[in-house]
Amino acid sequence: MSTQSFRHTSGGRIDRTQTLRFTFDGKAYTGVAGDTLASALLANGVKLVGRSFKYHRPRGIVSAGVEEPTGLVTLRSGGRREPNVPATMAELYEGLEARSQNAWPSLAFDMLAVNGLVKPLLAAGFYYKTFMGPFQKSWMWYEPVIRRAAGLGVAASERDPDRYEKINAFADVLVVGGGPAGLAAALAAGRTGARVTLAEQMPSLGGALLNEPAGGAPDNWISSVVAELRALPNVIILTRTTVFGAYDGGTFGLVERVADHKIEPDAGEPRQRYIVLRAGQAVIAAGAIERPIPFGNNDRPGVMLASAARAYLNRFAVLPGRKIVLFTNNDGAYATAFDLKAAGAAVTVIDARVDGGAIASQAAQQAIEVIVGHAVVETHGSPLVQGVALSPYDIATGQCDNGFRRLACDLVAVSGGYDPQVHLATQRGPKAVWDAKRACFVPGVAPDIQSQAGACKGSFATADCIREGFAAGAAAAQKAGATGKPGELRVPDALTANDGSATFVPAWDVIPPKGLREKKRFIDLQNDVSVSDVKLAHLEGYVSVEHLKRYTTLGMATEQGKLSNVIALAQMAKLRGIDIPQVGTTGFRSPYTSVSLAAIAGHETDMHLRPVRRTPFHRWNEQQACVFIDAGLWKRPWFYPRSGEDVNLAYRRETRQVRETVGMVDVSTLGKIDVQGPDAAEFLNRVYVNGWKSLEVGKARYGLMLRDDGYVLDDGTTSRLSEHHYFLTTTTAEAAKVMSHLEWLLQTAWPDLRVHVTSVTDQWGGVALAGPNAKKLLADAIKDIDFSNETFPYMGVRQGHMGDIPVRVHRLSFSGELAYEVFCPAGFAEAMAEFLRDFGKRHSLILYGVEALGALRIEKGHIAGGEIDGRHTLEDLRMEKMASKAKPYVGSVLRIRPEMTSDDRPRLVGLKPVDKAARIKPGMILQPHNGPYKGHGLGHVSSTTYSPALGHSIALGFVIGGASMEGRIIDAVYPLKGDIVMVEVVPPHMFDPEGDRLHG
Amino acid sequence: MRINCPHCGPRDSAEYTYYGDASRVRPSLTDTGVEHWHAYVHERNNVKGPMQEFWHHLHGCRQWLVVTRNTATHEIGAVRFAKSPVSDTAGA
Repeated sequence: MSTQSFRHTSGGRIDRTQTLRFTFDGKAYTGVAGDTLASALLANGVKLVGRSFKYHRPRGIVSAGVEEPTGLVTLRSGGRREPNVPATMAELYEGLEARSQNAWPSLAFDMLAVNGLVKPLLAAGFYYKTFMGPFQKSWMWYEPVIRRAAGLGVAASERDPDRYEKINAFADVLVVGGGPAGLAAALAAGRTGARVTLAEQMPSLGGALLNEPAGGAPDNWISSVVAELRALPNVIILTRTTVFGAYDGGTFGLVERVADHKIEPDAGEPRQRYIVLRAGQAVIAAGAIERPIPFGNNDRPGVMLASAARAYLNRFAVLPGRKIVLFTNNDGAYATAFDLKAAGAAVTVIDARVDGGAIASQAAQQAIEVIVGHAVVETHGSPLVQGVALSPYDIATGQCDNGFRRLACDLVAVSGGYDPQVHLATQRGPKAVWDAKRACFVPGVAPDIQSQAGACKGSFATADCIREGFAAGAAAAQKAGATGKPGELRVPDALTANDGSATFVPAWDVIPPKGLREKKRFIDLQNDVSVSDVKLAHLEGYVSVEHLKRYTTLGMATEQGKLSNVIALAQMAKLRGIDIPQVGTTGFRSPYTSVSLAAIAGHETDMHLRPVRRTPFHRWNEQQACVFIDAGLWKRPWFYPRSGEDVNLAYRRETRQVRETVGMVDVSTLGKIDVQGPDAAEFLNRVYVNGWKSLEVGKARYGLMLRDDGYVLDDGTTSRLSEHHYFLTTTTAEAAKVMSHLEWLLQTAWPDLRVHVTSVTDQWGGVALAGPNAKKLLADAIKDIDFSNETFPYMGVRQGHMGDIPVRVHRLSFSGELAYEVFCPAGFAEAMAEFLRDFGKRHSLILYGVEALGALRIEKGHIAGGEIDGRHTLEDLRMEKMASKAKPYVGSVLRIRPEMTSDDRPRLVGLKPVDKAARIKPGMILQPHNGPYKGHGLGHVSSTTYSPALGHSIALGFVIGGASMEGRIIDAVYPLKGDIVMVEVVPPHMFDPEGDRLHG
Repeated sequence: MRINCPHCGPRDSAEYTYYGDASRVRPSLTDTGVEHWHAYVHERNNVKGPMQEFWHHLHGCRQWLVVTRNTATHEIGAVRFAKSPVSDTAGA
């Protein structure tokens, strides 16, 4: 086990008493509580942590935060495996297991690093050229090779055993970021009594102040503010929580990493929590990220942001290097030099500016060598940095000149200034604006309820952050309606010093001097995009910010421009001879950092993905050994197997028996709508194509509805229960749509009609009893209804009682048999089913499911979901004769357009195989017999079944020519499998076409 | 995005379904002009800025609403019941 040889014995914000064991690529190490994986690796002297995306170059830890471009690892294993986790954000826990990515066979010896030798092949625009150029066809061949070589980590294929949850939350004021500005904002808002939520992505509050040496004035300030916040009952503090998206109406997306810092969640604890937060006001205090400076081989492990080097020292007591070169263009980064020097490192400052000013003198006094007017041109060493070349430098042009010299070191700390984190602040627009004075993008005017404070709007000095945050928090609370006073917040003198940003001179590039071969200067380390790639994009005409990004893959994946965006824009601006904002401004979209799909799904997985609808007979059906099938959200009875039967044997038996004796099927899933009011008849007359005014009380009628555009919406049977009371049924599939349609018409088109519609689908259970014995059975079961043909004819409706159970009995038939639908209030359903089963024994009653229901209706040519699919007209369904000519109805005008009634449209037919043993499959395409097979052919098969009555497979389908094709032989084909079935076109009504059986 | 339903109060947009432009005028049922119906059913302006839209409070009171929404900013303005006179509005 390695020792933590780069760990100091004092300082930092860690707990040295708690040693934590972890592994990286299978090798065991130790860290301490408070470490991240990155700090623990650095404490152990591990600098090489990954291989790059395209070229497989060795890469190390660059940052100490979310901007980490290269230190991406795969955490955990099995179903908990999580790829592309920044090691800088992974909190260490006992037993942590991490693996490097993108290396094969091993990190130290990566075979695929050969990509670096053939990199012209993989330069910018590689994918475009491959897809669009003469190599298009070869993509199929080399895609697998490229895919293996280029990429990030691999997602788990096993099931994630952890729970994720999703909650809704509300706040008057949301404060994003727990740095000085955010803490001050939360305090101001909290003191007014407003409901405040403060979200901080790191485990601790304090932001950039945590990079200061522990135990000083910043720590005192943080603890006093946090103590006051914690004492306020109206303030919620969420750490390890990223606000990743800003959405309309004050909605924000947050993800709380509840248990990512543990080996596994505690019992009942979710791993992550996705919070949809609706805020009255939001203060964005997202801070800033240090900007690198591109120089040759700036991607070697051992090149790090200056702020990160300071963070490793002051947060984690880790010395990231012993001989350090600090390359800066500003005063602020000198703090890193001072702290590292004090910690025992040898430090040389290369200051890109002509004059380092007072801070350089201060450094000299501390025995830190300062070389002004120079730049780091390149690093050398493999795989780790062993030294740099430095050269006199013109910061305005980026050009080095007058030779170079080498300097040995093991760490290059870089600071090119700071970039405000405008991401969240600009997601909803307007875009960020270029601040020429500070040479950075700042958020534009905040949209509606948002405001910005601190470094994310370009105010880098701590005292300014605190003052701005406090003012923004107070203002937000007031706008949100809070009436309390925020009081005062004094900024301690110790926090009013240093403002390194004022001295910042942008350094966009370091062009090597004569005599030094140009090395790759990476802009986006994660996606392997270098200065030369931007040049190539420019050369090939991809000069706008959008094209540049897509052509070079700049800022893709988790990088998202955090470190690369501004430098790339500056490069392009220089190539085009224009200013940075003229190149274009990147628009940022959520998420700010990666959000796991599991968190977004929350608990909506498996059975909880969608609601499950069960009919009131469900439990009873289960007791009858029913096998269910999903139909939309419903669990519908599919078939009721007897011993040894599979679905095919069962439904054929059920179908046969319905036609021989009597069967009962659960039809509770039909949409049921109660229509009441004096104008109900008029209303139905307008929504159905056929006439409704003449329907008597006690009678039912089949009806078809169209959409406004003339296509068939739905069909069903509606009965008149009393003068102003109708009971309308819809198909199972269209129930919700029809209900909305009727409400739409009543509330927007015809508000004058005195009609109410109420969905009663769940209030009524229903069964159909079909077969020659149906009437006798019901006559036994229901004593107060006369079932004789004379008093209760076909399409009659009666209300009565089965024992004590109130029932509505409709005499209608989907199966073509003598049949009834019996509805009862849902709570009586099980009792009614028991009743019917008992009475059914002497009539040879069987139960049947939707498979047999389908077989029965296809034999009869009755249309259902396969035919009413929203694409067919009345003519297509051969139902045009139903449409009334005497009245207007919804869709009556547009349905008669020539395209809708054309004979070229496929129309409903029945299909029988010529070879009676052949099976017609659902979805088959209908083509002329023996071809030619072209495109969509003559039509398609919409419903299929085996017909026990006919003894062979049958189908419904749509064929151009419709009835005129009857008697013709055509081919039903399934091109994917090469199946061809010769079929005869027949009338849709394939069994008992005269309908004798219906009347018993 | 939240819509202030005049019956239920402010509710998340997930409770609603969208049905487009509420400013178009539905031809009368007795209007047999194919062009009128065609224009009503198929032709839409692509409005940038405030727009009157139909929203159905499907998972709430099931009322059809006329919502003023700015298509550029998604700002929700006045909301009223589709069946009510224009003056009967809920505040934004």
